[in-house]
Amino acid sequence: MSLFRSHVLICGGTGCTSSSSDKIEERFKELVAEQGLDQEVMVVRTGCFGLCEEGPICIVHPEGSFYSRVKIEDVDTIVSEHLMKGRVVTSLLYRDKLAPPEHQLATSFSEVTFYKMQHRVALKNCGVINPEVIEEYIAYDGYKALGKVLTEMQPADVLDAVKKSGLRGRGGGGFPTGIKWEFAAKTEGPIKYIGCNADEGDPGAFMDRSILEGDPHCLIEAMAIAGYATGAEKGYVYIRAEYPIAVKRLKIAIEQAKEHGLLGRNIFGTDFSFDMEIRLGAGAFVCGEETALIASIEGERGMPRPKPPFPAHKGIFGKPTVINNVETFANVPQIILKGPEWYASMGTEKSKGTKVFALGGKINNSGLIEIEMGTKLRHVIEDIGGGIPKGKKFKAVQTGGPSGGCITADHLDIPIDYDNLISLGSMMGSGGMIVMDEDNCMVDIARFFLDFTVDESCGKCVPCREGTRRMLEILDRITEGKGEMEDIDKLERLAKNIKSSSLCGLGQTAPNPVLSTLRYFRTEYEAHIVGKTCPAGVCQALLTYVITDACKGCTLCKKVCPVGCITGEVKGLHHIDPDACIKCGACMSKCPFNAIIKK
Amino acid sequence: MAQVTLNGNTIHVDLPKTILQVAEEAGLFVPTFCNDKRLVPNGACRMCVVEVEGARSLVASCTTPAADGMVINTETPAVIDARKSVLELIWANHPNDCVVCDKAGQCKLQDYTYRYEVDIDAFKGAKRVSEVDQSNKFFYNDQNKCILCGKCVRVCDELQNTSAIGFSERGFHTHITHPFEEGMDKSVCVSCGNCVSVCPVGALMPKSKERFRNWEAKKVQTTCSYCGVGCQMNLIVKDNKVVDVEPVNDHSNMGLLCVKGKFGYSFIDHPDRLRKPMLKKHGVLTEVEWDEALDFVAGKIKQTRDVYGADTLAGLVSARCTNEENYLMQKLFRAGVGTNNLDHCARL
Amino acid sequence: MTNSIPEIPKIDLAFVTGSNTTENHPVIGAQILQAVKNGAKLIVADPRRIELARHADVFLQLKPGTNVALLNGMMNVIYNEGLYDAEFVEERTTGLSDLIDVIQAYTPEKASEICGVDADLIRKAARLYAHANRASIFYAMGITQHSTGTGHVMTVSNLAMMCGNLGKAHSGVNPLRGQNNVQGACDMGGLPDDFPGYQKVTNPEVIQKFESLWGAKLSYKRGMPLTKMMQAAHSGEIKLMYIMGENPMVSDPDTNHIRESLEHLDCLIVQDIFPTETTALADVVLPVACFAEKDGTFTNTERRVQRVRKAVQAPGEAKADWEVFVEIMKRLGMDAPYEKPEDVMKEISKATQLYGGITYDRIEHKGLQWPCPTPEHPGTQYLHKDKFPRGKGLFVPVHHVDSAELQDEAYPFILTTGRILYHYHTRTMTKRVEGLHAIASEGFIEISPNTALKLGIEDGELVKVASRRGELEVKAKVTDTIQDQVVFMPFHFAETAANILTNASALDEISSMPELKVCAVSVEKIQTV
Repeated sequence: MSLFRSHVLICGGTGCTSSSSDKIEERFKELVAEQGLDQEVMVVRTGCFGLCEEGPICIVHPEGSFYSRVKIEDVDTIVSEHLMKGRVVTSLLYRDKLAPPEHQLATSFSEVTFYKMQHRVALKNCGVINPEVIEEYIAYDGYKALGKVLTEMQPADVLDAVKKSGLRGRGGGGFPTGIKWEFAAKTEGPIKYIGCNADEGDPGAFMDRSILEGDPHCLIEAMAIAGYATGAEKGYVYIRAEYPIAVKRLKIAIEQAKEHGLLGRNIFGTDFSFDMEIRLGAGAFVCGEETALIASIEGERGMPRPKPPFPAHKGIFGKPTVINNVETFANVPQIILKGPEWYASMGTEKSKGTKVFALGGKINNSGLIEIEMGTKLRHVIEDIGGGIPKGKKFKAVQTGGPSGGCITADHLDIPIDYDNLISLGSMMGSGGMIVMDEDNCMVDIARFFLDFTVDESCGKCVPCREGTRRMLEILDRITEGKGEMEDIDKLERLAKNIKSSSLCGLGQTAPNPVLSTLRYFRTEYEAHIVGKTCPAGVCQALLTYVITDACKGCTLCKKVCPVGCITGEVKGLHHIDPDACIKCGACMSKCPFNAIIKK
Repeated sequence: MAQVTLNGNTIHVDLPKTILQVAEEAGLFVPTFCNDKRLVPNGACRMCVVEVEGARSLVASCTTPAADGMVINTETPAVIDARKSVLELIWANHPNDCVVCDKAGQCKLQDYTYRYEVDIDAFKGAKRVSEVDQSNKFFYNDQNKCILCGKCVRVCDELQNTSAIGFSERGFHTHITHPFEEGMDKSVCVSCGNCVSVCPVGALMPKSKERFRNWEAKKVQTTCSYCGVGCQMNLIVKDNKVVDVEPVNDHSNMGLLCVKGKFGYSFIDHPDRLRKPMLKKHGVLTEVEWDEALDFVAGKIKQTRDVYGADTLAGLVSARCTNEENYLMQKLFRAGVGTNNLDHCARL
Repeated sequence: MTNSIPEIPKIDLAFVTGSNTTENHPVIGAQILQAVKNGAKLIVADPRRIELARHADVFLQLKPGTNVALLNGMMNVIYNEGLYDAEFVEERTTGLSDLIDVIQAYTPEKASEICGVDADLIRKAARLYAHANRASIFYAMGITQHSTGTGHVMTVSNLAMMCGNLGKAHSGVNPLRGQNNVQGACDMGGLPDDFPGYQKVTNPEVIQKFESLWGAKLSYKRGMPLTKMMQAAHSGEIKLMYIMGENPMVSDPDTNHIRESLEHLDCLIVQDIFPTETTALADVVLPVACFAEKDGTFTNTERRVQRVRKAVQAPGEAKADWEVFVEIMKRLGMDAPYEKPEDVMKEISKATQLYGGITYDRIEHKGLQWPCPTPEHPGTQYLHKDKFPRGKGLFVPVHHVDSAELQDEAYPFILTTGRILYHYHTRTMTKRVEGLHAIASEGFIEISPNTALKLGIEDGELVKVASRRGELEVKAKVTDTIQDQVVFMPFHFAETAANILTNASALDEISSMPELKVCAVSVEKIQTV
């Protein structure tokens, strides 16, 4: 390998790719070649850097210059200035709003506050290596853990290590991973399987996708380790077809691993053999539930099956199976390399290690972060996340996606771990965090999540199929101002029964967003029902658009109104007929004087 | 032997068994829509939920194995409320037309609704509406009444092994249909009707010509008269007429029938049936009284035997008739006529 | 069946030969497929790619009438590869060396030449069968309706005995009986050689027993089997025939010959529930009750005696068949102390040990499987548990013999016949069930796409089919489930009666089974002018 004086790392995660990082990469390569720099400058497409809010992101090493929101025309400047003349293009650098004013210009990536506050284990290689080059993974200690396991450890040692590390499933339930592996290991059977749940479907969660896109070999290595520990020789990765980049990179990685003898027969010259296959999911949220995932892998309709039997006893094709999600697996190689004690030294008593969260909603730094368990929620939102945009007031954060609940300002100082979140009526889930501010209506938020579960219910059991639909209808009524107080009782009773009697985790948790908003924001519900108002000004049916005195009579609103319900003369105060208004909001967004308000 | 506490009573049971099996063996009532002991437990309807001490939530008794030391309660307020809730939710998506529904009187939804005093109007909202598939010659599929217990799909797949039907779409829009939804008759369905036999409500129903209320009919168990499998079935009889057939469980046919056994009964009262003895007179078969016909037959037998010898008579017994009848016929020929010229179409 | 239906879902191999089980015994077909779903292997041998073949691990598409060669070929492999059950053969059987002498001639290659199945497939089937622990063979008329049918059946038994698949649960040799009570009709002595319970009419002790039971002098002379009866009627040797619930005009081979025979009779008495092609020729027609209108018992294919119960009144003046016989017996001066079928069953249990312990009380809820010699006996789930009726099982080696009628230039196709799901026998019942009739209202002849192409025949076109015995016109059904040299017709349809074509003169020497499964025919396009 020849030595390069500069490396240009370009984020190739889904977020940055969707804002054309692939074209930026191409342009870099084109220009570098044009200038004859291709022996000196290496252009690398990596996985996600995490700070998606600021994408597309490029980092130029050795300086570590962190260019954010790069446009295609910026590439010319970066090449001609930075790469040719050695002059960092400060105008294009990321502004670190979290840092003291004098340090806001991020000359070096490693100094950026967003990253300094994180502890990356599962995301270790994301944004660092080229995921499509196995040598880069190997150069970062890749497959070392597998080698160690196969040559120095007995399967029981591996189980011990994973158990001791305290690693728990990162997909939602938080079941101790080592114990899960041990169940499968203890179940007799000539054929066993390792299944990877990469069917990440929570709205706003994308940690598994990022790991697959940024560090696919890590998953292969971990699954092979799990295979060795439990006696399985075959792995299935169930990955949603909506993740084309992840699928492509994982395919490449599997091929490379096979070529290098890291998958297939007699790995590292030992008796151990392990092979992997990708199964594409068609994007059904319920297929993230492990028994539905198993059914789908088998080619059946993706519907959950009763447990017991648990997958460790009867999983894929009726054989003992371990199912973990991507993030869970991603921790394993380092637990092996650095030791379970190291891993267990992080986190709280019952929640060890680190956890990746996807920050979204009303927050400045949308993106992916990895923090130690036990970090306070406030730290995540105010410091790493950079607080709420436009100086608005924090209202709540939804964790655990549609299965979770909201956490209010009163509880921001709680250390994040599995048990604390559950005690607040929420859950860890896969790690989605959606932040809401004063402009969010909590009834509407509950309705949003319930709408999602109604869509995603598989239809097998009555409580989930029929019950969530009826809850949604009640919420619809409330947000339309047609609710009655007894609707709240109905919601609570339905929620209780759906939780207690649904077949799978989807149904058992589906009512959580409603229960948790009722718990913390009951008054908002009551305002909708009794006062027929939406305090946050979200629920269209309960709003009236009014033109205030600020109106200058420019007539723009009148022209844009699709139903012609605005009257008024030029330069005169305009008026909206509330009965005819369809509340589309077109006038409000058109008004140059902010004279139209809803109330 | 394991020890289980069931509604406060300690009992001893042999495991493995599901909680439902234990409860039913102890004589307790547990409602189910989707359970069928011939099928892999499915846990779809959630009617059979019970409370198990220490469990996070209610558990479906049909899919949960009983375990030593388990403390189970089958009718606590929480259990009853959950069941009521399930029934209310089913009703929110089910037509309230019991008075004109052919299933009335044999409908589990009706029975449980009555038992648990369910408010059938608890929820008002959207209903799944679909056209009734009338394309099969013997039964129709009314998805408006389907409660999606899935028994039909599982019977077709697990027992009949035809796999003609399955679930389509999901969530609230889930329904039972066949591939491409072009009409049941375009599918691989062999019209065995085993799906119809297990439907707990009025969704899969025979296209019976006869209208009857279930309480007006009596059931007579008998053996199917078609092939040699000897399926056990109940003839459903109203006013001296067979109006329906249902398979009987716990026999060699496992509660299954084929299209002939299940739907091929209307020949019984067909107008073509022979009703009166006939004698050929002047080359034409003419109706006569029994005595005349029987006297003629006996006379002919005697005459032929006496004039030409016993071995000029021959009898064909029948693979269609009962043992008793075959026995009597061969006895008639052997002991009454004196010949062994007896056979039947065993070879055909 | 040597074994029982409830055992089927737990077998680990099913070898189905000469049985289109999912159409002719649908509920057993379903249970075989349940076994397959539970992991059982499936071998199917049939001239047609029947539905079961789709689920088969090995499908052997053999030429009609060549089962012996195929099975001998399998046994050749099993013996030469040392896969047979030496212990079972040693302890329970005799005559293996004679068998070996014969099967050594049937190398898979040699067998393949005769039956047309690839030699490697024969090997594969042989190994699968021999390796299974709970292997059941199922067969039906595809094995028996040949002029060498008895040989075919012997060969099946040889295979099962060789691999020790008899005398235990979940295995055995399981002929599937086509009609509801064909088993019972045989059990009751509806055969020319047998009193009830297969007691031979030629055995003096047996004669004595029945003479004392019935108080009458009995004939020790073997009777005529059906096919001979028809010939005898044709020649005038038989003068009077009494037919109960059968329709030989459609079901029996060579319809034209049957018609002439029945027309020759002095007197034909027919007892039936419907007018049929046969009642049309009768001198007396007696209307009787159908199964739903009378009490009694049927014995199914697994030897289970089950109740038949009266649910409705018979139409018009129709009587149950048993009532008719009681009346005639009385008129003949016989003692007929039967007031109800149960009284007859009491006598049956005295007449044969097989039914010795069977009473209506005992089978009120669930049938009993014979042999059931005493009131305490639980019935017999499977036969030959510790020994065979004759002691040691005898291997009876059988050579392949060609079917009586083979293809030639004039009749270049082999016609094989059978049934379809939606009809039963001669359709007297099923054609009167609207839905069944609507689904399958007319006969057809299955021909392969190659044959169709060669003859210029399109699917659904009316074609002329002829044999040495007759000809008919029938619609062609072009399907790739059948081989090029073979055509298939269901025999149900009187309007296009396959039995106009079939070969009545070729009979099995022992069983008198007619060769319904093989005859030579020509198929021609009908030229329109």
